[in-house]
Amino acid sequence: MKIAKIATACRLAVAAIAICFILAAASAAWAQEERESLILATTTSVENSGLLDFLLQRYRARDAVEIKVVARGTGQAFRIARNGDADLVLAHHPASEESFVAQGHGMRRLPVMFNHFILVGAGKDAANVAAAGDVFTALLRIAAAGEAGNAKFLSRGDESGTHRRERELWLAAGRHIDAARDSWYLETGAGMGATLSIASELQSYTLVDRGTWLSFGNKRGLVALLEETEALFNPYSVIAVNAKRHPHINAAAANRFVAWLTSAEGQDAIAAFRIDGKPCFFPARSDSWNGRSAEN
Amino acid sequence: MFSEAFCSALRLILEGNARLVEILLLSFHVNLTAVVVAMAIAMPFGALLVFARFPGRRLLIVLLNAAMGFPPVVAGLIVYLFLSRSGPLGMLGWLYTPAAMILVQVFLIFPIIAALTRRDITELWENYREQLLSFGVKPLGAMMTMLWEARFSLATNVLAGFGRASAEVGGVMIVGGNINHHTRIMTTAIALETSKGALALALALGMILLVVSLGVNALVVLVEERRRRFWMSAS
Repeated sequence: MKIAKIATACRLAVAAIAICFILAAASAAWAQEERESLILATTTSVENSGLLDFLLQRYRARDAVEIKVVARGTGQAFRIARNGDADLVLAHHPASEESFVAQGHGMRRLPVMFNHFILVGAGKDAANVAAAGDVFTALLRIAAAGEAGNAKFLSRGDESGTHRRERELWLAAGRHIDAARDSWYLETGAGMGATLSIASELQSYTLVDRGTWLSFGNKRGLVALLEETEALFNPYSVIAVNAKRHPHINAAAANRFVAWLTSAEGQDAIAAFRIDGKPCFFPARSDSWNGRSAEN
Repeated sequence: MFSEAFCSALRLILEGNARLVEILLLSFHVNLTAVVVAMAIAMPFGALLVFARFPGRRLLIVLLNAAMGFPPVVAGLIVYLFLSRSGPLGMLGWLYTPAAMILVQVFLIFPIIAALTRRDITELWENYREQLLSFGVKPLGAMMTMLWEARFSLATNVLAGFGRASAEVGGVMIVGGNINHHTRIMTTAIALETSKGALALALALGMILLVVSLGVNALVVLVEERRRRFWMSAS
């Protein structure tokens, strides 16, 4: 009786596992009968703004490779690439990019495009940021208004490029932030879009990249208060993951895409991208790269 | 906002929006495959817990019941760590494919179907035990009989699993990556549109998802109804 039971159990388990494997294999085959593909780990701003769709549509005309976009914060994009789960990274935090390359995870870091960050907040502008003149004064005014209980600042708090940049700005402004003590400084731990939604609900200040800001559809009472091209310069670079570290990387296809992105054709495509008629990203090869005159 | 969303939902459905159709089809592919796979392993497993006696069985039952509420994000994270190129199953190349999403869904649905199956079969077995044993039915035969007799409530359990899969977003987002045309399903598309501030479109997709899950629930009621009628006519 007992042996029969065990035999039954074994048979059932074997059958179940077999069915599981057949189905899983079938769906894996379904997933893999696609064309040659690349995984591009990137920051949310380039995907949510529609820029990547726009670029990939053009790229598809000249290269059969399928580019799959995984949009995460810059910090997470690098983590994905470090694990070998992406072939390319398109990010916007120079220090992180340099250390990624220096640690041997990535090949060369190539500038692709730039724009700038924007300090946004409620129209009534309790801290009078709009008249601050420069971003450091603006941040100090927000901190002062925050301590007085008149303003709040939202931080992404998610190790994204925008978050890292924002902390660097506070540091450069000479204001040490302690999120536990500074009750006006709130970490959302969410993406840029979600953080903007919260900012509009709380009528608070936050730092946003131009791409997300222009494409964001739920601004409700939020306005751009300070746009500065020098201190708030926001460069995007592309890095192919080092195939020596991760042999399964499709290095040839990755290099083709990098070459196109930095070629005259790719750069023109970036320049041609508009949101509501406004340019959103400025090609790295344009003359304004040196002068950083991103104003339009 | 709601009327705007409702209009755009209607428009999307009526014009047979190609992207919507693609997203819906992929959602069904992922969730249905996951339910079928989970069903194939969870039902025998649940029945086995009734008939087989082995050390640790009760602990397993407790764990199984607890796992019904397993946090999807944690399931996603665990599957990610396994499927990542630097993880033990990295060579499969499943990360950021529908296969990875199916795996997470199976992970989440399996405890639900297995635990509910065990519960239903236990109840049934208490009623049938004497009768079947007096006929001299073997354990395998008894198990098969029980699974067959419980088929209506088991179908409800499967639909409950499907409902869980349809509503899931955190886990499939991590292992699927929400890649356009490849791993974007209803829930991840809604999350994306919400984050872009396109609330009307997000709500429109949400309404469509609600209609789908409403359909699933209607099916549950129908199955229950049939079961009741079946038992009424049997007695």
